[in-house]
Amino acid sequence: MTQEAKWEVVIGLEIHAQLATRSKIFSGSPTAYGAEPNTQADLVDLGYPGVLPVLNAEAVRMAVKFGLATGSKVAARSVFARKNYFYPDLPKGYQISQYERPIVEDGSLEIVLDDGARKTIGITRAHLEEDAGKSLHEGMVGASGIDLNRAGTPLLEIVSEPDLRSAKEAIAYLKKIHTLVRYLEICDGNMQEGSFRCDANVSVRRFGDPKFGTRCEIKNVNSFRFVEKAINYEVARQIDVIEGGGKIVQETRLYDSAKDETRSMRSKEEANDYRYFPDPDLLPVLIEPAFVAAVRATLPELPDEKSARLQSACGLSEYDAGVLCSSRELADYYEATLAAMPAAADAAAQKANAKLAANWVMGDLSAALNKDNLDVTAAPIGASRLAGLLARIVDATISGKIAKEVFEVMWAGGQTADEVIDARGLRQITDTGAIEKAIAQVMAASPGQLAEYRAGKDKLFGYFVGQAMKATQGKANPAALNEILRKMLAGP
Amino acid sequence: MSLHTASIGELARGLAAGQYSAVELARHFLDRIGRFNPALNAFVTVTADEALAAAAAADASRAAGRAGVLTGVPIAHKDIFCTQGVKTSCGSRMLDNFIAPYDATVVSRMAAAGVVYLGKTNMDEFAMGSSNETSWYGPVRNPWDPSRVPGGSSGGSAAAVAGRLVPAATGTDTGGSIRQPAALVGISGIKPTYGRVSRYGMIAFASSLDQAGIMAPSAEDCAYLLGAMAGFDPRDSTSVDRPVPDYVAELATPLAGLRIGVLREFMGEGLEAGTGDRVREAIDVYRRLGATVVDVSCPKLPLSVPTYYVVAPAECSSNLSRFDGVRFGYRCENPRDLLDLYQRSRAEGFGPEVQRRIMTGTYVLSAGYYDAYYLQAQKVRSLIADDFRRAFTEVDLILCPTAPGPAFPIGAKVDDPVTMYLNDIYTIGANLAGLPAMSIPCGFDGALPVGLQLIGPHFSESRMLSAAHAYQRETDWHVRVPAAYA
Amino acid sequence: MSLTRQDVEGIARLARLKVSDADLEVYAGSLSKILAFVEQLSTVETAAVEPMAHPLAGEAQRLRPDAVSESNHRELYQRNAPQVEAGLYVVPKVIE
Repeated sequence: MTQEAKWEVVIGLEIHAQLATRSKIFSGSPTAYGAEPNTQADLVDLGYPGVLPVLNAEAVRMAVKFGLATGSKVAARSVFARKNYFYPDLPKGYQISQYERPIVEDGSLEIVLDDGARKTIGITRAHLEEDAGKSLHEGMVGASGIDLNRAGTPLLEIVSEPDLRSAKEAIAYLKKIHTLVRYLEICDGNMQEGSFRCDANVSVRRFGDPKFGTRCEIKNVNSFRFVEKAINYEVARQIDVIEGGGKIVQETRLYDSAKDETRSMRSKEEANDYRYFPDPDLLPVLIEPAFVAAVRATLPELPDEKSARLQSACGLSEYDAGVLCSSRELADYYEATLAAMPAAADAAAQKANAKLAANWVMGDLSAALNKDNLDVTAAPIGASRLAGLLARIVDATISGKIAKEVFEVMWAGGQTADEVIDARGLRQITDTGAIEKAIAQVMAASPGQLAEYRAGKDKLFGYFVGQAMKATQGKANPAALNEILRKMLAGP
Repeated sequence: MSLHTASIGELARGLAAGQYSAVELARHFLDRIGRFNPALNAFVTVTADEALAAAAAADASRAAGRAGVLTGVPIAHKDIFCTQGVKTSCGSRMLDNFIAPYDATVVSRMAAAGVVYLGKTNMDEFAMGSSNETSWYGPVRNPWDPSRVPGGSSGGSAAAVAGRLVPAATGTDTGGSIRQPAALVGISGIKPTYGRVSRYGMIAFASSLDQAGIMAPSAEDCAYLLGAMAGFDPRDSTSVDRPVPDYVAELATPLAGLRIGVLREFMGEGLEAGTGDRVREAIDVYRRLGATVVDVSCPKLPLSVPTYYVVAPAECSSNLSRFDGVRFGYRCENPRDLLDLYQRSRAEGFGPEVQRRIMTGTYVLSAGYYDAYYLQAQKVRSLIADDFRRAFTEVDLILCPTAPGPAFPIGAKVDDPVTMYLNDIYTIGANLAGLPAMSIPCGFDGALPVGLQLIGPHFSESRMLSAAHAYQRETDWHVRVPAAYA
Repeated sequence: MSLTRQDVEGIARLARLKVSDADLEVYAGSLSKILAFVEQLSTVETAAVEPMAHPLAGEAQRLRPDAVSESNHRELYQRNAPQVEAGLYVVPKVIE
């Protein structure tokens, strides 16, 4: 038994999703990313004496939307509380958050594991709170600079149950939440800019031990890859400590991606008595059933629903449907492409269209987007133009191989598939006479190979296909070419 | 009639009739401030230039036919209200260098009504005190006896009005900070219903208790100014969206049939004889005027002081965390590191009473003590509010003394916080329950004024003001001015 | 409830107040007095009582429409700041 095999890993995630509101949660400042320092911090964000918070309706609506999408309970009455601690990026000396009565409680989400098995992960709660500012250290000696532009940006803190049993499960859950919040259009999901962040509570215990081990909270992990690496590092560290006879100390640890290690955050250790109490500047948030119903009516088709529909209606595999539905925009693009293709004659043809479109969206399109670092919404080839290209494959105007060429031209320019095909004379040759003529030329030019083929060297068939294609500049319809070639090679 | 003893209504009529201009009026009171303030120490800042400019603007708008009732009437603001471009100290070294970049809603509403403010009044530091002795700017003197306190925390406003340095002043009341000083200097002061006046721009002490109000010689004066400062403010989540009555018009509401409940718990032990006698005489006046006077009981009300001294410090400990030497306010010299910056800026910027309350509040909210102190206090607060609710099913207004005794000598109670805290025993209950309450002068204990307190149900300001006004039509305590200031 | 010097030290630390050795004793005394005074609350039977966090019981939090109403006033707002550099508030180095 390896060391790891004796140990069960227990992980819970706290995800901070910045809500995509225009203004801050308690002030009228803009939330746009990347402004000059402190130019988007008003008196409320700066915690000036005398100012007061007023709650943004949109933040509430977004939290409720998340609650409904995860089958959670939406609290009829939730309460804002103050979390008190001193930190330079926390202007008031307290963070307005929710403590005993969060707005969303008790939901769940299903993840698919590597072996295809499904697992339900509990969502303990999701609560509204305000983001803090940032401490910057670059270019300052012995000092830090405080930028409070981010202070007051609405956050939804999504807390999972300690149901995750490996870094891989944690990532699957994290990605699922990431997809979900973007589907719901409540968070842009940008991890580089910090709009989607994650703290991981990690502990280990011997298999069969009914009690959880002491946990450490890992902060500041800003990519899926780093979350996985940070958890794996932390698990190994905890096992080492315990097996070396040590004890895990409950603490906050910072992940250093450059060194791939976690280390203790001393600064956070002193202030762990947060003295939560109900914020007297804010009244309880009361949510009427009618409001919940109105929000429910705005829920989009969720990723799992969409994936199931693509599987049943289009005959896609679970894998293909899952990849396409990993982002709402990609799935939208796919569906728009499919819808813009000419109607199929029968169900089998429709299924073939669906598969063709899936292959192109997941293959050439995604590769091209990746290469140019573009979002699908900014794809130079829109769904209807891609559909135009796919239609020419379906009606055999061009081959799949030629289509790749056409795609590249379309990607670089603004033309439709037909314009490229016509301009470059790429129309596939289906005319039997023309194909026969080309084959005849090839046969005449390769008497030796012809004799060998006729003597039984079947492998040479491929040689003739290649030559004949070359003779037609690749435009011969491959099926027609094969058929005619076989006949002609067999001899009169 | 001399200008400084005129009522707000008289001044408004004089301005409207062109007997004097707003500038003349402002000069008259600025002169009085110049003459008397050195002895009283009622003002932290006198904004003479700004005031004269505002007065000139008031005269111009009157000339243009755009004047309102209060256009050109001078007042003073307690230095707890943010005033754009003017130092707003809150009585603290922490904010001695603080120039507010914005106006409190109270300030902008008053300005919009044409009211001219002449300066910012002294106060207990961050409104924490009952004697004005905790101010960084030194104690304020009581115009009736300069060796005595004017009460607190709105002591500067109280002394300024009592000495007729201004016709009226704003105040704030977290546990009695308008009413107790009003009583100790012989003027009227109203703390409205929680949520009636915006808290935006009023530097917070205890957010669930703080409420702004008016201090002026008479209930009628209060009615004029309360109408200008009250009303819904979208910047304050705890502001109540409810129409503001015409308090002046409703002053004439007849008293007959009014049911007044005398609060049994506050008429006995702890009440000084000289104060108790005056309050009983006032009760007789009300009887004569046709009110029905009965006994009421709020058995949990004596617990309001301990309840308050858990709730208020808890909220203040959090509210005052923003004073950390980073974005505004006092910063210590040469901080060694971040912790040193915080600890020394706050220890040097705050006075001892503020630090004591911050520590009390920190303690009652901390792990292991929250339930026993803070939560228990919130539950007792509930019971106190219930007591009032029950009492108001029987009576329209509750009557009791404002303070246990008259103004005490400066320095008499500074050594024992609990003794000092008990001076607020009669006033704190209204804050805990969010009720409107006011103090009006009802006579003297020797040479020192005594105050009578009226407490009403939520949003009963009109009823309370008219009841006070009825009393003041029968008595002249509210027009008495200390001889040196007459 | 009587507080020791050590208790006061802990509270002061949490509240970020520097208290001199001499004052520790003074605060221990006055805070103990205050706590002894508020101790009487514990005698009240409150098992069935809802805590009252706010005088406006029954009122609901008002919601603000999601609109940007504030513009940049950094220069004005930073006039009160003890130390700024390049638009940033400057503090002794923050150690994470």
